[in-house]
Amino acid sequence: MNLTLRIWRQSGPADKGRMVTYQVDDVSPDMSFLEMLDVLNERLILSGEEPVAFDHDCREGICGMCGLMINGDAHGPQRGTTACQLHMRQFSDGDTIDIEPWRARAFPVIKDLVVNRNAFDKIIAAGGYITAPTGSAPEAHSVPVAKADADAAFSSAACIGCGACVAACPNGSGMLFTAAKVTQLSLLPQGQPERYTRVVGMVDAHDEAGFGGCTNTGECTAVCPKGIPLNTIGRLNRDYLAATAKRGGTPGS
Amino acid sequence: MDLFTEGDPIADARAPQGPIETRWDRRRFEAKLVNPANRRKLTVIVVGTGLAGGSAAATLAEQGYRVRSYCYQDSPRRAHSIAAQGGINAAKNYRNDGDSVHRLFYDTVKGGDFRSRESNVHRLAEVSVNIIDQCVAQGVPFAREYGGLLDTRSFGGAQVQRTFYARGQTGQQLLLGAYQALERQIGLGNVEMNARHEMLELIVVDGRARGIVVRDLVTGEITSEFADAVVLASGGYGNVFYLSTNAKGCNVTATWRAHRRGAYFANPCYTQIHPTCIPVSGDHQSKLTLMSESLRNDGRVWVPKAKGDDRAPKDIPEEERDYYLERIYPSFGNLVPRDIASRAAKNVCDAGRGVGPGGLGVYLDFADAIDRLGRKAIEAKYGNLFEMYERITGEDPYEVPMRIYPAVHYTMGGLWVDYDLQSTIPGLFVIGEANFSDHGANRLGASALMQGLADGYFVLPNTIANYLAAGPFERVDASHPEAVAARRDVEDRIRRLLAVDGDRTVDSFHRELGQIMWEHCGMERSEAGLRKAIDEIRALREEFWKRVRVPGDDDGLNQSLEKAGRVADFFELAELMCVDALHREESCGGHFRAEHQTPDGEAQRDDDRFAYVAAWEYTGGDEPAVLHKEDLKFEYVHPTQRSYK
Repeated sequence: MNLTLRIWRQSGPADKGRMVTYQVDDVSPDMSFLEMLDVLNERLILSGEEPVAFDHDCREGICGMCGLMINGDAHGPQRGTTACQLHMRQFSDGDTIDIEPWRARAFPVIKDLVVNRNAFDKIIAAGGYITAPTGSAPEAHSVPVAKADADAAFSSAACIGCGACVAACPNGSGMLFTAAKVTQLSLLPQGQPERYTRVVGMVDAHDEAGFGGCTNTGECTAVCPKGIPLNTIGRLNRDYLAATAKRGGTPGS
Repeated sequence: MDLFTEGDPIADARAPQGPIETRWDRRRFEAKLVNPANRRKLTVIVVGTGLAGGSAAATLAEQGYRVRSYCYQDSPRRAHSIAAQGGINAAKNYRNDGDSVHRLFYDTVKGGDFRSRESNVHRLAEVSVNIIDQCVAQGVPFAREYGGLLDTRSFGGAQVQRTFYARGQTGQQLLLGAYQALERQIGLGNVEMNARHEMLELIVVDGRARGIVVRDLVTGEITSEFADAVVLASGGYGNVFYLSTNAKGCNVTATWRAHRRGAYFANPCYTQIHPTCIPVSGDHQSKLTLMSESLRNDGRVWVPKAKGDDRAPKDIPEEERDYYLERIYPSFGNLVPRDIASRAAKNVCDAGRGVGPGGLGVYLDFADAIDRLGRKAIEAKYGNLFEMYERITGEDPYEVPMRIYPAVHYTMGGLWVDYDLQSTIPGLFVIGEANFSDHGANRLGASALMQGLADGYFVLPNTIANYLAAGPFERVDASHPEAVAARRDVEDRIRRLLAVDGDRTVDSFHRELGQIMWEHCGMERSEAGLRKAIDEIRALREEFWKRVRVPGDDDGLNQSLEKAGRVADFFELAELMCVDALHREESCGGHFRAEHQTPDGEAQRDDDRFAYVAAWEYTGGDEPAVLHKEDLKFEYVHPTQRSYK
């Protein structure tokens, strides 16, 4: 099939950026979306132009490195699918496709479609862990975990940190990302001791990094390639409230 | 042979003596320690943030060392360990099915076709149990039984159920555990994290590894970084084949640059071709996707009995199907080790019985399992894998059997290390897939995660102390002649790549190199083929430096430039892989030489001549590489013809 692409080109953070139109012909429906961009880039290189910069790595939908706004949808039209797993059979001959980077205050553009998502790492560094230095762990079976809790924790832990939730949110909020980690760790017995300091630390880091607040729009969960549910944010709010109430109290309360 | 010369054997891998069960304890007791107050005066550079690098950086920082960590991705959480699907082995024997440290040790040595070092493998089996404890404490959501205890499943090459898993995303969950431990140390200021940085050279001063030259991939700035020791955890080199299950950015540059500076490269030809990957769909293919080996627990592999049978799979009656793995290997069936399953698939396809486009595929069929267990149970176990398959191929594996074909997946070879995981350059340690140490000529499923975390959490943090106890070493800075020279080499290379300004893209060269390697240094190798490959690689490499076009410049994000540097190193590695494959006139594990097979087509080892590790020394440019042999002694597992029948 033959396609018209309109792609965001921006040479660096200081450049204003613009949409540029390209024609790509002979696209196979079996190609992935990124393979289609590879074809365009090969052509651009040979014709003396700069190829389009975009982030990608595993191309299996698990590393979370790719992230494109495709016709205004984070990761494109197919639900539960990262851009790298999107295949061209989802499009039709003659389509015009707009491709843009994630746009959010907390994710500044580095070049073309590449953004800086370091703010996510800062949220994790502020509490998205269980303190368990190597060597200090008890025997794995000393603490059983109810299967339902373990399964629910897994579902939240499936987050790949791609940032689609932020890109789709009208407020540029990173709350679904933050809530996924809070939920995973607060469902597990191992996560209880730090449960309330964790949520406060992570939410503070979230706000500091320039993410917006959550207004329950729900766009985040609609675009999430791993289907992280919106109720994780409810869980986060509950823990946050409890933590705030405890703040004035005695330690350990 | 004119392609290499033989040097002195490696006399000592520095493994402790005595009963094998006591060696690791003894090494830890004999090793020198660094007192906590002195640890903060010592700096360690760790390159790579996968399971090995991430866990090592976190653990070293917890111990009190100052750590500087580097990765080429935008975040340490993206390292390719994240894509590992199936599971992690550990000798917990929770199933009461006869497992033990000794059995895991035995299975791994046998699975590696008797080409690994017994002492290392035993240590790996010992610490495997600590890994599970550690990961559970971190909140890794492993699959559990209704009673709240951990679930396990079977994997290839074992008759016990010792594989712990988190649905089909075990690597992701283990990596996030290590990443979170690492982020905690970053938050505490104990680790300086440098994402989007690529190591392009090793700095060796007075015979010790003292630093690296890195390029900031965003600004293009090149700097020299120094430390008391350098740890490479930069993964494997499967992308030399262009098409592999590795992430697009995986590369050999860090280890190859270290090799050029004096670190021996061991067993480069040992490549794992994974039997269950989604077949290639066309010339545009940029990577291959694995379907976890765990699928072989319930999926049955088959092809039509008749050549060229192009009926739809459901129209082929039971008696006209050949479940060839169950037929040839009745005791292990569909769960034979990877090298054996891959070669069997190749054989039936070569015989004209393959399915799908080009006849390069075999069926992996879940119909029986769905009948037996119900669709729901299959969905719970493999749901995400089935979805992924459908997204890529457009076919529903609940209705139509999957089509699979072998693909490059893992490299057992890597930089040579001693028992302490130290390379031939003092102060340069190599962990995870980047080293060669534990898997011999074939890695068993669910053992890569085990080795990466064993090295990073438990082995390296103990062994490196013995080295660091002699530090802090004399201060070195960017003005040191060795540092200046290393940096100049990096800058010259970048300038040369940009200056060619030819008429072919980097990818076009990489693709062509990959085809040469797949054809001649892939699942089956022969003397004639390997010699041809070496000539072709040399010619293509020459052409690369004359005709490659790298657009843009070096003072900002330039993904073509990144790729060009990596492919340039792959060319040099590819030649060494072929030389290694050519010199090893036997078949073992993933290395199958057409000239050396048993009458029924199995790998024919030659223990008298080849029971050694081939460690290659770089001699510079056009000089032939020098082979150093480390003899392998088997005191506990007696080498036999591996049989899974």
